[in-house]
Amino acid sequence: MTLNTRHTPESLRSRSEAVAGSLPSLLADAQHLAATILLGEHGRKRAGTGDEFWQYRQAEAGDALRSIDWRRSARADVHFVRQTEWQAAQSVMIGVDDARSMTYSGSKARPSKLRRAQTLAMALAILAVRGGERVGLTHLAEPPRGGEAQLMRMASALMDPEDAGDYGTPRPQVMPLGARAVVFSDFLGEVGPVEEALGQAADRGVKGALVQVLDPDEERFPFDGRTLFESMSGAIRFETLKAGGLRAAYLKRLALRKAQLRDIARRTGWRYHCHHTGEGAEPSLLWIYRALEKVRL
Amino acid sequence: MIGGLSFAAPGLLLALIALPILWWLLRAVPPAPIRRRFPGVALLIGLKDDDSQTDKTPWWLLLLRMLAVAAAIIGFAGPVLNPPEERETDGPLLVLMDASWASARDWPVRLDRARGLIEEAGRDGRPVALVQLTDLPAGEGVAFQAANTWLARLDNLEPQPFAPDMGAALDWVQGIEGDFQSFWFSDGLDHPGRDDLAQALADAGGVIAFEGGRDVLGLGPARFEDGVILVPGYRLETEADRAVTVQAFGLDPTGVERELARGDLAFAAGNGEAELELDLPPELRNRISRFQIAGERSAGAVSLTDDGLQRREVGLLAGASEAEGQELLSPLHYLRQALAPTADLLEVGLSDLLLASPDVIILADVATLSPEETQGLQAWVERGGMLVRFAGPRLAGSDVARDQLDPLLPVRLREGGRTVGGAMSWGEPKALRAFDEDSPFYGLRIPADVRVSSQVLAQPDPELASRSIAALADGTPLVTRARLGQGQIVLFHVTANAEWSTLPLSGLFVQMLERLAISTRPVDPDAIDLAGITWVPEVLLDGFGTRREAGVMPGVDGIDLATAPLSAALLPGLYSGSERRVARNVLGAEEMLSAASWPAAIPVEGMDARPVVTLAWAFLSGAFVALLIDSLAALWLSGRLPGLARTAVLLLAVTLAPEAQAQEESDEALALLATSEVTFGYVLTGDARLDETSRAGLYGLGLTLARRSSVEPAPPIGIDLESDELVFFPMIYWPISPDQPIPSDAAYARLNAYLRGGGMIVFDTRDADIGRFGTSTPNGRALQEIARPLDIPPLEPVPEDHVLTRTFYLLQDFPGRHLGRDVWVEAAPPDAEQIEGMPFRNLNDGVTPVVIGGNDWAAAWAMGENGRPLYPIGRGFAGERQREIALRFGVNLVMHVLSGNYKSDQVHVPALLDRLGQ
Repeated sequence: MTLNTRHTPESLRSRSEAVAGSLPSLLADAQHLAATILLGEHGRKRAGTGDEFWQYRQAEAGDALRSIDWRRSARADVHFVRQTEWQAAQSVMIGVDDARSMTYSGSKARPSKLRRAQTLAMALAILAVRGGERVGLTHLAEPPRGGEAQLMRMASALMDPEDAGDYGTPRPQVMPLGARAVVFSDFLGEVGPVEEALGQAADRGVKGALVQVLDPDEERFPFDGRTLFESMSGAIRFETLKAGGLRAAYLKRLALRKAQLRDIARRTGWRYHCHHTGEGAEPSLLWIYRALEKVRL
Repeated sequence: MIGGLSFAAPGLLLALIALPILWWLLRAVPPAPIRRRFPGVALLIGLKDDDSQTDKTPWWLLLLRMLAVAAAIIGFAGPVLNPPEERETDGPLLVLMDASWASARDWPVRLDRARGLIEEAGRDGRPVALVQLTDLPAGEGVAFQAANTWLARLDNLEPQPFAPDMGAALDWVQGIEGDFQSFWFSDGLDHPGRDDLAQALADAGGVIAFEGGRDVLGLGPARFEDGVILVPGYRLETEADRAVTVQAFGLDPTGVERELARGDLAFAAGNGEAELELDLPPELRNRISRFQIAGERSAGAVSLTDDGLQRREVGLLAGASEAEGQELLSPLHYLRQALAPTADLLEVGLSDLLLASPDVIILADVATLSPEETQGLQAWVERGGMLVRFAGPRLAGSDVARDQLDPLLPVRLREGGRTVGGAMSWGEPKALRAFDEDSPFYGLRIPADVRVSSQVLAQPDPELASRSIAALADGTPLVTRARLGQGQIVLFHVTANAEWSTLPLSGLFVQMLERLAISTRPVDPDAIDLAGITWVPEVLLDGFGTRREAGVMPGVDGIDLATAPLSAALLPGLYSGSERRVARNVLGAEEMLSAASWPAAIPVEGMDARPVVTLAWAFLSGAFVALLIDSLAALWLSGRLPGLARTAVLLLAVTLAPEAQAQEESDEALALLATSEVTFGYVLTGDARLDETSRAGLYGLGLTLARRSSVEPAPPIGIDLESDELVFFPMIYWPISPDQPIPSDAAYARLNAYLRGGGMIVFDTRDADIGRFGTSTPNGRALQEIARPLDIPPLEPVPEDHVLTRTFYLLQDFPGRHLGRDVWVEAAPPDAEQIEGMPFRNLNDGVTPVVIGGNDWAAAWAMGENGRPLYPIGRGFAGERQREIALRFGVNLVMHVLSGNYKSDQVHVPALLDRLGQ
């Protein structure tokens, strides 16, 4: 697939333009989404993102001499250490499944799953960057970074799909020890790779959240009549004479898949959330944010 | 052929056998699947359909498809209801039509039937000739032509108001060479010689007769007997009782023809004749011009009336009688005897007579009249009265008309008169000379025993010869006549009794009175009555009984008129000769309608061919509809319908929505729209650009009003004068374009009602009023054309103190896009005067119904949706100032419409004076 190979000058230009065309709207969406969180109930008690100060605590044995804040200590009889807890930034690794199945949308009124996942991912990245943390994408061989520039880089990378397969699998390239990770996918492909990836992540102390993004049609299966179902690339086909008759079986399997994911997450210390593109993005973003916080605290 | 149903291609019906196979095939094949992209397919892999029954097409859908296919097969097989009958299809065809008055009753049916037959002959490739027996082609033989040529002429055929001449027709038919088949459209009456013609046609190649089913009805000439009008009626079918309504038509006093009376003509069973009795007052009776059987369209069903019904009112007046009690010597005795049967006599004083305004006044030996009476009589004669005077001793002895012409005598008289053949005179009593050709009495036979012994003599005079209409053998005038105004004055130079002559004793006296139209003849004139006069047709009947002006038809000899059968040269109608009018009707006084009887060898068919109904289209469209339903059902079954269903339902609703209701609703919608807020209208001129300018103009004016005043009008509405109601609009803007259609009468009625109801129309010729000083512009002419039927009061240019100049702004100019000078409004009442010290007159009248100008105001007012002006006005600031003034004028206009003459009230004088700076 040409997308995976190196860019030719022509493809670079056309791809760049295509990506640049939708990048501002993705960023805008994400900024907008992130703003609802920042301005909402989740206000932090520090002034700005670049402020590393958290608190003074009494120096204890083992504290380095250089870590003592002399100015504070001069006003008291004991020594204080200026804690810069947040200064030791967390890495938040974000994985967005950009397989073909994610491009599905059951209705023109709804965004595709990929688009929603990208929006959520970027919003999360913005929140993290503003929180002074480093973010990175799991499938890029680049270490997580902080700062606004990283947001732009992430956005470009998100808009540049690489996985052309029907169903995506988590394939983390960089997984810093103790990092936080969020994986967006519909998880409709094989479960095995997910379990494996999560196991590896747990081994490296990485914890986070699995966010399953589903279209409402995938939840309801509102089809009937003789239907030839095809995967988004057309590689997988399934024909039924009476689609309505399969609804129960499909829903059962879907519920089973969710239970599996939940079970994997529980075993590895991750958290699982199912997001529907028919609903607003804010509650899910809030959930993810809190999920990460809980892991963090 | 199955019970009136036959097929053009019955072989195709065999395809119906294939239906069961189709059933099996359709049942075996499940509907096509929908391809659907779905990521969840991964979860579906390995699932099984629980049962395989439902993939088959449901039975009712199969049935529907079967029906569709069956209908298509039957449709293509060409089903025909009432297939045409089998007839001979070879050889030339002669279509004969009686085309007489009796055919007129169902003429369109005859034409339709003939058209069907000729079309059929055309399909068979037969040459056709179509001949009307009342209008035989000139010369020998007949031209058989292609059927199409006759079809084109068929619509122009008309029945004639007389019966066909079978003798001539027989000669003509025998002159045709070769064999031919005949279709004979008979009128159902047995015309003399018809059997021979039928025989000749049968010999020539067979004949089929076509007869209509309707009864033949006719009216004979009406006559007057014993104070009632009798109208004989005839019919052909005599089996049952039947009542037929007869209407009497005539001019009412306003000169409009209307039904004056009606009665029922009751035919008894077994009787082909009946008589209608009508008892009408003389005034009504004299007005009747024709009788007609209601609902019958035939010359036979019309009976024209002539003088026979019109009983004249004759006033009789004699000089004071000296010989009291001697009845036979009374000057009026013979007149009474002669006139009583045919005229209504009035014998009262002259002044009362003049009040009654009779047709004729006869003065028997009345010499002198008072000036007042003379004047009255003269006026009456000039209005069309006929004054007849008889001489006598008194006239002879008086000085009347000695020296100069008396206005009430046709000639001057010599003193004393003369007596011939008396005891003291020489010579024999004189006989009458034969009447001249230009005399109204021409043709009357003079009995040998009529002798004149005394008479008054006329003064020799250049005009005497022309005024004399009867003379004695020696040439002295016996009757003279002069015209006066529309009437005439006739003088008999003898007495009205037998004293001076034996004329009153003879039948000639009565005939002479009749010729002078003093009395009227009995019905059914014989040849002698009419002889000697050329009768000119005035009104003629066509075959349908419609009256037509005769135009320049040649006159008819009296004997022919009385006796000759009706023909193309002698059409039924109203003929006039000398003073009289005689009606010749289709049916005479003693007619007998007898039905045509056909020999057994000739088949007789009716007129009403059952129409051939081709059913193919019905079956095919049925099949089409069934297939449509099928595809919808298939879509529904496969779950693809939801989106489509909405569209289809919408489409159906749109196409099936009844038009009338829509119209009604739109009317109501317009009323609601126009009345819920102040709304101005503009007249749609048909010029889209102009209409848009008007709309934008009123829109801009509305914006301005909303900004500057408390009037906040709704968007303007375009008015179609022909259909829209106007009363909702306080003001209508009417731009004039030269090629604008003139509104219809109904539209004018609405416009006038609107103007009278207080509406205002602003006419804008948009030509800057350049056509002043007697010239005109195309727009100006169009305005004149349009405004002519409108109820517009006198106009004047807006005076300086008109209320329009101060309803909101103080204005003296009314510019639009142009700066034309004059704007015309309703003129102030002439008694309006300016009071000293007051800036304006007290003009407390209503709103002017029209404002006429040419400044193209709409263009100056026009604004787009964003409130910016659309058209450039003038140059620079001056132009903008002009636009501002134009808008102010618009505001003033609207204020004038909405608040009337409020600002005209003198209460505002101080404030206005203050603002005017006076």
